[in-house]
Amino acid sequence: MALRSVRHYPGFLAVTVLCLVVLYAPLVVVTAYSFNDSPSITTWGGLSLRWYVDVFTGPEAPRFRAAAWNSLSIAFLAATIATGIATAAALAMLRAGKFKGRSLTFALINLPLMVPEIVIAVATLIFFTMIGFTTGYLTILIAHITFCIPFAYLPIAARLQGIDGSYEAAARDLYATRAQSFFLVLLPLMAPGVVSGYLLAFIISLDDFIITNFVKGAGMETLPTAIFGSVKQGIKPNIMAISTLMLAVSILFVTLSYFINRKGR
Amino acid sequence: MAGVGSDSGASAETTYRSARVPLLLPTWLMIGVFLVLPVALMAVYSFLTKEMRGGVIWDFSLAAYDQFFVHRGLFGDEPPTLEWTYISVFGRSIIQAAIATVLCLLIGFPTAWFIATRPPETRGVWLFLVTVPYWVNLLIRTVSLRFLIRENGPLNDALMGAGVISEPLALINTDFAVQLGLFYSYLPFMVLPIYAAVERYNFTWSEAAADLYATRWVTLREIVLPIVRPGIVAGCLLVFIPSLGAFLAPNLLGGAKNFMIGSLIEEQFKKSLGNWPFGAAVSMILMSLVLILLMIYARSAARQEAR
Amino acid sequence: MTNAVDIRKVTKVFGTFTALHGVSLSIRDNEFFTLLGPSGCGKTTLLRLMAGFEEVSGGEILLFGQNIASLEPNLRPVNTVFQQYALFPHMSVIDNVAFGLKMKGWTLPKRRARAGEMLEMVHLSDFADRLPTQLSGGQQQRVALARALAPQPKVLLLDEPLSALDLKLRQAMRMELKQLQQGTGITFIFVTHDQEEALTMSNRIAVMSAGRVQQIGTPREIYETPVNRFVADFIGETNLLEVEVAAIAGDQAEVILPGGQRVTCSSATTEKGRHHLSVRPERVTLGTVGSGMQAVVEQVVYLGTDLQVLVRLDGGTAMQVRIQNAARTEVPSPGTRVGLTLEEGAARLLAD
Ligand SMILES: Nc1ncnc2c1ncn2[C@@H]1O[C@H](COP(=O)(O)OP(=O)(O)OP(=O)(O)O)[C@@H](O)[C@H]1O
Ligand SMILES: [Mg+2]
Repeated sequence: MALRSVRHYPGFLAVTVLCLVVLYAPLVVVTAYSFNDSPSITTWGGLSLRWYVDVFTGPEAPRFRAAAWNSLSIAFLAATIATGIATAAALAMLRAGKFKGRSLTFALINLPLMVPEIVIAVATLIFFTMIGFTTGYLTILIAHITFCIPFAYLPIAARLQGIDGSYEAAARDLYATRAQSFFLVLLPLMAPGVVSGYLLAFIISLDDFIITNFVKGAGMETLPTAIFGSVKQGIKPNIMAISTLMLAVSILFVTLSYFINRKGR
Repeated sequence: MAGVGSDSGASAETTYRSARVPLLLPTWLMIGVFLVLPVALMAVYSFLTKEMRGGVIWDFSLAAYDQFFVHRGLFGDEPPTLEWTYISVFGRSIIQAAIATVLCLLIGFPTAWFIATRPPETRGVWLFLVTVPYWVNLLIRTVSLRFLIRENGPLNDALMGAGVISEPLALINTDFAVQLGLFYSYLPFMVLPIYAAVERYNFTWSEAAADLYATRWVTLREIVLPIVRPGIVAGCLLVFIPSLGAFLAPNLLGGAKNFMIGSLIEEQFKKSLGNWPFGAAVSMILMSLVLILLMIYARSAARQEAR
Repeated sequence: MTNAVDIRKVTKVFGTFTALHGVSLSIRDNEFFTLLGPSGCGKTTLLRLMAGFEEVSGGEILLFGQNIASLEPNLRPVNTVFQQYALFPHMSVIDNVAFGLKMKGWTLPKRRARAGEMLEMVHLSDFADRLPTQLSGGQQQRVALARALAPQPKVLLLDEPLSALDLKLRQAMRMELKQLQQGTGITFIFVTHDQEEALTMSNRIAVMSAGRVQQIGTPREIYETPVNRFVADFIGETNLLEVEVAAIAGDQAEVILPGGQRVTCSSATTEKGRHHLSVRPERVTLGTVGSGMQAVVEQVVYLGTDLQVLVRLDGGTAMQVRIQNAARTEVPSPGTRVGLTLEEGAARLLAD
C-alpha cells in the first residue's frame, strides 16, 4: 500500500470530473446540435452551418439583429460608465483614509449584490412608472449601470489595494501633480484591475434577463429577452446557433480576462 | 455577492482625501436614486390599493399583506385563518434552494479541495475550467440544460442507447430539474469561496491530526471542516440567496406546477392580470428574508473575526 | 537491544531533485538524538519520512525492528512537534492536548485528566481553556510539546521547535527539553540548524549536508574530531589550511605546516597527499617571533569575552586566532610580527 499525502482524499478527483461533466455537458450538446442539418431538434441530419446562415438571413434575423445591437450597445455603455464610476469610488474608498460615511458607502456599493435580482427588477419598474419615465432603451441602460457598479468595483478595488502607496509618493516627490501621478503611475498599475472590472461588468450586463425583462417596455428587446420569448414556444435550432455564438463571445471574454489577470500578477 | 461582509480596509494613503466627495458622488447618485429610492418606493407601493389593469390607486391599504397571510375564503366571508397558498410557495422555494445548496456543497467541496491541492501551475487551469460556465449567459445555460434533459433529448437518447434505461426518464418539469438547474446556475459560487478557504488552510494541521492517530475522514470532520467553515458558509449563502429568488430555472425547467417565488412575483407585473401592490409586498417579504440571513451571517462573521 | 529507529539507505526524490541520498543511521532507545545541518540539507524531509507524511523513494525505516516505510502516519507510535507548532486553531489548549488521546479512543474523563497532567508538566494549567492564538510563542511551543507527549509515543520528533522563540527563552527551553527527555525516557529526535543547541542537548548528533550524513557522534567527537571540511567548518569556528601529509600511522598523522614546521595530530584519513588541516582558533597561542608559524597581525576585532586576531602567515594564508579578553591580556597591534604555536588537540587532519 502506497502512502498518500494528507491532501489526498479518495474519490475527490472523480467528483471534480463529474462536476465538470455536469457543467459542460449542456453547453457541448447545444453547440453540437447547432451544427445539425435538420429542421427538427430531435434527429441528427449531418453537419451544416444552415442555422448560422438562418440567424443572419432568416425570417427572424432582423429581430435578432436589433436585439443583439441593443444588448451589445447597452453592455458597452453600461460597462464603460460603471467602470468609470467604480474607479472613482475605489480611489475614494482606498486612498482617502478613514472618513465619515465610508462604511455606509461600502454598503451602498454592495447593495446591488445583496438585494435579490427580482426585487431590484420590481423596484426599478415601480420607480420608472411612478416618475412617468417611458420604459425602453434608457431605462434598461440606467438599471444596468446601477447593478454593474459593484461588479466593476470589486476587481478594481482588489487591485488598488495591492498597490503600495509609495509609488505615488515617489511620483509626487519627483514633482508630478496629483493628476500626473494618477495618469502616469497609478492608472497603469491599476490597469489589469480596471480591465477585469470592465469585462466583468460587460458580461454581467449581457447576461441580465430578469431586470431587463421588467424595465424594457413594449417592443424593446435584448438578446436574452428575445431568446426567452422564442424558447417559450420550444427550442428551435436557430436559438441553438445564437446560443453557440453567445457562448463563443463569453468564452472569448473570460479567456481574455484570465490572461490579463495573469499578466497583471 | 462576493463582496458581502468583507470591507477592504481603508489604507493609510490619503492622496485623494480632499477629492473624496466628487469621487463618490456618482456612486451615491446612481445607487441612491436608482436603487435605494426605488426600493423605498416599492415598500410604499406594497401598502397601496391595486388598480385593475396594473398600477395602483394611492389609497393606503394592507390588502397586499392581507392577501399573502390571511385566508378569508373565495368570497371573503369566511372567518380569517392563515393563508397557506403563498407561504407554501415560499416554503417550496426555500426547500428547492436548500436542496440545490446541499447539492452544490456535496459536489463543490470535493472539487474545491481537489483544485486547491493541485500544484500551483495547474491550479489556475482547473479553476478556470470550473468558472468558465458561470460566464456563459445564464439564460443560455438554462435553455441548454432544458434541451439536454427533455423527454426525447440527448441525455435520454444516450441512456437508452446505452441500455441503462428502457423508458425515457421524466426529468423535465420536475422538482429535480429545478434543483439541477439551480445547482448548475450557481455551482461556481460554492466552489470559489471554499477554494479560497482551503487555499488558506495549513495542511500541516492535517499532518498533525494524522500524527495524532486521526484517519483521513476523521481529520476531515474534526479539523478541516471546522477550520474552513467560513468559506463553506459563504458558499452556501451565495448559492442559497440567488436560488431563492431565481426565475429562469423554475420557469424553464420546472413547468407550471413547480412554482417558485420568482415566478410568483413576475406574474403580478404582467399587464393584464397583475397586482402591483401584492407583487411589491411579496418582493418586500423576500428581500427581508434575504437581508435577515445576510445580517445573521455578517454578525457571525464579525464574531469569528473577533476571535 | 533493538534500536528505536533504524534508517537504512533511505533515499527521497522530489520530481527530479534528490533530497536524501542513501541516508543510514541508527537511533538508540532513550536517546536524545539531533539532526544538525544547514537549511535545505534534508532534515525536515528525513523527519517527515519517519512520521509518515512522505513515502521513501528507496531504503527502509525500522521502528523497534518493524519496517514502517509504508505505514500511514496515524498508525505509527511516533508523534511530532511541528516547526510552526500546527496547533488546531479552533480548539482550546486542553482539547488540542487531548486530541491524540481522543483518537486513540480514551474516554472523556480519562483524557481530560491526562491532558491536565500534561499541561501541568509544561506549566500551562492556567491556560487550558484558551485558544492557541491567545498564547505567546513560547506558550504555544509548550502546548505543542504537551500535545505530542500526551499519547506517550515511543519516539518524539521535534522539528526546530525552538527556532521561533527569542534567545533567552530558547536557552531556558533547552534545559527543559533535556530534562523532559530524561524524565520520560522517550527517544527524542531533534532537528536543528543551530550547532549550539545541538551541542548542549544531544547524546549524539548526525551532521547532515546536501542530503547526506557527514558524521555521527557525540558532541565532543563532532567538535574535536571532525571528519571533513564541512563538519569542521559547520561546528564552531576553524581555520582550514591546506597541508602535505609527511607520515601517517593509525589515526595519527604528521603534517607539514605552511612555513615548513612539522606537527603531529589526529587524523580522519589514512591516505597521504594533500589534505586540509582544521585548526581551532582558540587553541592557538600568540607567541614571540621565532617560535611556531610566522605571521603578521592584520586586524584585531573586539568581541567582548574574546578578541579575534586576524593574522597572515608568511606564505600568504590568512588565519584567525581567539584570545581571551582577560585583564592582563596584551593586545597585539596591527603590523606586529608574531609566532603562532598550536596547543594540544588544536589541529585535526581531515579526509578532504
Ligand atoms: N515537497 C517537496 N517538493 C520538492 N522539493 C522539496 C519538497 N520538500 C523539500 N524539498 C526540497 O528538499 C530539500 C530539503 O528540504 P528540507 O525541508 O528537508 O530541508 P531542511 O533541512 O529541513 O531545511 P530548513 O532548515 O530550512 O528547514 C530542499 O532543497 C527542498 O527544497
Ligand atoms: Mg526544515
